[in-house]
Amino acid sequence: MSQKFTRREFGKLFAAGAAGSALGAFSGVKPLFAQEKRVVVIGGGFGGASAAKYIRKLDKSIAVTLVEPASTFYTCPFSNWVMGGLKEMKDIAQTFDVLKSKYQVEVIHDTATEIDPANNSVKLQGGKTLAYDRLIVSPGIDFNYEAIEGYSEEAANNQMPHAYKAGPQTELITKQLKEMKAGENVLICPPGNPFRCPPGPYERASLIAHYLKKNKPGSKVIVLDAKEKFSKQGLFTKGWDKLYSDVIEWRAGSMGGKVMSVDPAAMTVETEFGSEKGGVVNIIPPQRAGKIAVDAGLTDASGWCPVNPITFESTIHPGIHVIGDACIAGKMPKSGFAASSQGKVTAAGVIRLMQGKVPAPPSLVNTCYSLVGPGYGISVAAVYKLTSDGIVGIKGAGGLTPMDADDDQLTEEATYARGWYNNITQDIWG
Amino acid sequence: MSRKLTLWLAAGLISAAALSGCAGQTSEDGANQAQEEEGFNPRGQILALSCASCHGTDGESVGIIPGFFGKSSTYLENALLDFKNERRYSTVMGRHAKGYSDDEIKLIAEYFGWVSQQTTSN
Ligand SMILES: Cc1cc2nc3c(=O)[nH]c(=O)nc-3n(C[C@H](O)[C@H](O)[C@H](O)COP(=O)(O)OP(=O)(O)OC[C@H]3O[C@@H](n4cnc5c(N)ncnc54)[C@H](O)[C@@H]3O)c2cc1C
Repeated sequence: MSQKFTRREFGKLFAAGAAGSALGAFSGVKPLFAQEKRVVVIGGGFGGASAAKYIRKLDKSIAVTLVEPASTFYTCPFSNWVMGGLKEMKDIAQTFDVLKSKYQVEVIHDTATEIDPANNSVKLQGGKTLAYDRLIVSPGIDFNYEAIEGYSEEAANNQMPHAYKAGPQTELITKQLKEMKAGENVLICPPGNPFRCPPGPYERASLIAHYLKKNKPGSKVIVLDAKEKFSKQGLFTKGWDKLYSDVIEWRAGSMGGKVMSVDPAAMTVETEFGSEKGGVVNIIPPQRAGKIAVDAGLTDASGWCPVNPITFESTIHPGIHVIGDACIAGKMPKSGFAASSQGKVTAAGVIRLMQGKVPAPPSLVNTCYSLVGPGYGISVAAVYKLTSDGIVGIKGAGGLTPMDADDDQLTEEATYARGWYNNITQDIWG
Repeated sequence: MSRKLTLWLAAGLISAAALSGCAGQTSEDGANQAQEEEGFNPRGQILALSCASCHGTDGESVGIIPGFFGKSSTYLENALLDFKNERRYSTVMGRHAKGYSDDEIKLIAEYFGWVSQQTTSN
């Protein structure tokens, strides 16, 4: 619209307090001037639900339709706590009731199968077609199963769960942990960068070790890593030395960590240094943007979606915003906190674009808490801004829990991790 | 517009300049004008939105992390400055507060002060 009208002309229209009717006079200009402006959001996870709620919270004149197949969304955050026996599935279940009732988001439990950027519409599996003025896509990740020889979606669903989307996969690995024999090992195999939740596999190693120590004497966690180093490594290693010195073993990619192939029937993993057998084998495959983003041509050669860092609008298809794990957000990690922060920045930006106003420059935040033990929490935080290098962390801010943090501080961080979960889930779905 | 922006960004220009180029106005002008129309500063809003992830929507906490809904902007500004300058102990808050200039802290405080004054908080 800024091609048709100068900002000043819009300013006058809005200042006259007659935005709706005055704009109606230009009704030949579709679709932004339609009586009711509509945003469609694909995906009701951390990014999508945040965007949907905040658009409705900040501008009631914009109608929002959220498309999400699940009526109960299980969060990945705290799913490692379920594996460790510290939480139950019901504790990580979120619903869409408040978004519907309090924020009047129209929630359609269906799957988007096709996006038509030329006609501003989305097709759903159930047969409906939805028209949008702007579309926000937050489909999370999909897995490159084929990157690991012998691995497949079927193997993930039966023998070797990834447990990197919460729900049945979380239940499967938790059940396997309960059923495995004492003395057997748990293999956790994280991918190379970039991937969802960089500290996730190591929090998982910690909490599974906590479970094994209590319930499976003689069992160990062996982390077979594709990487040479990992997120919060110093802090995790310190915590492991203190709490799980004989229970966790981490192998770098060049030290026999890299997984070459797997045999799901035999429950074995092949590395350059030989074969390992596990009572539980957790394969976390490399990832790419969720399927709908790939199908809609929103991804580049990297498998992720390039976006304009001010409003997260796709640089490939204007009018479509991509947020969360699926997008390329500069230095931000793929986390639920980041996805929600992007969802809110996008909500504010979309509102201003629809009002014919200039979006404010983005300010984004991430904090990732990890639990090493029930009373042992660590964190990494960052505040992000836009520079000529894209979205970068602000120097001098953020950072890790200090290496010399005392027991009180570590306990406090574990407590705040729980507080964070309560508030972020309330802020998104509550 | 987004394609242009990307080009500008790639050319090494940053957001304010790019935006002023594309919309015929600096974002600061836009911010001031919006504040007159809407009662809040959009820059303050953007800076403030992420706080809710730990402190609850509008600062209304449902967990152990302290909430701040209802506090005055002066109180909030001083608290943030104290965290930033390590006059007040924290585990994580100081790491965040250091990410904002004193002016940005003022904008954040003003935004939440304004939010708390709205009768309908949501
Ligand atoms: C073990 C683990 C622990 C984690 N711990 C943390 C943590 O402590 N803190 C943190 O900040 N982050 C954590 N994360 C990361 C966090 O879960 C993700 O970064 C976050 O979920 C990303 O949000 P998103 O909106 O991009 O995707 P998601 O939250 O995955 O949401 C995507 C949604 O889109 C839906 N969808 C997909 N395709 C379609 C379609 N075609 N039509 C309609 N709907 C569709 C899906 O059903 C899904 O509900 C963790 C992740 C894991 C795996």
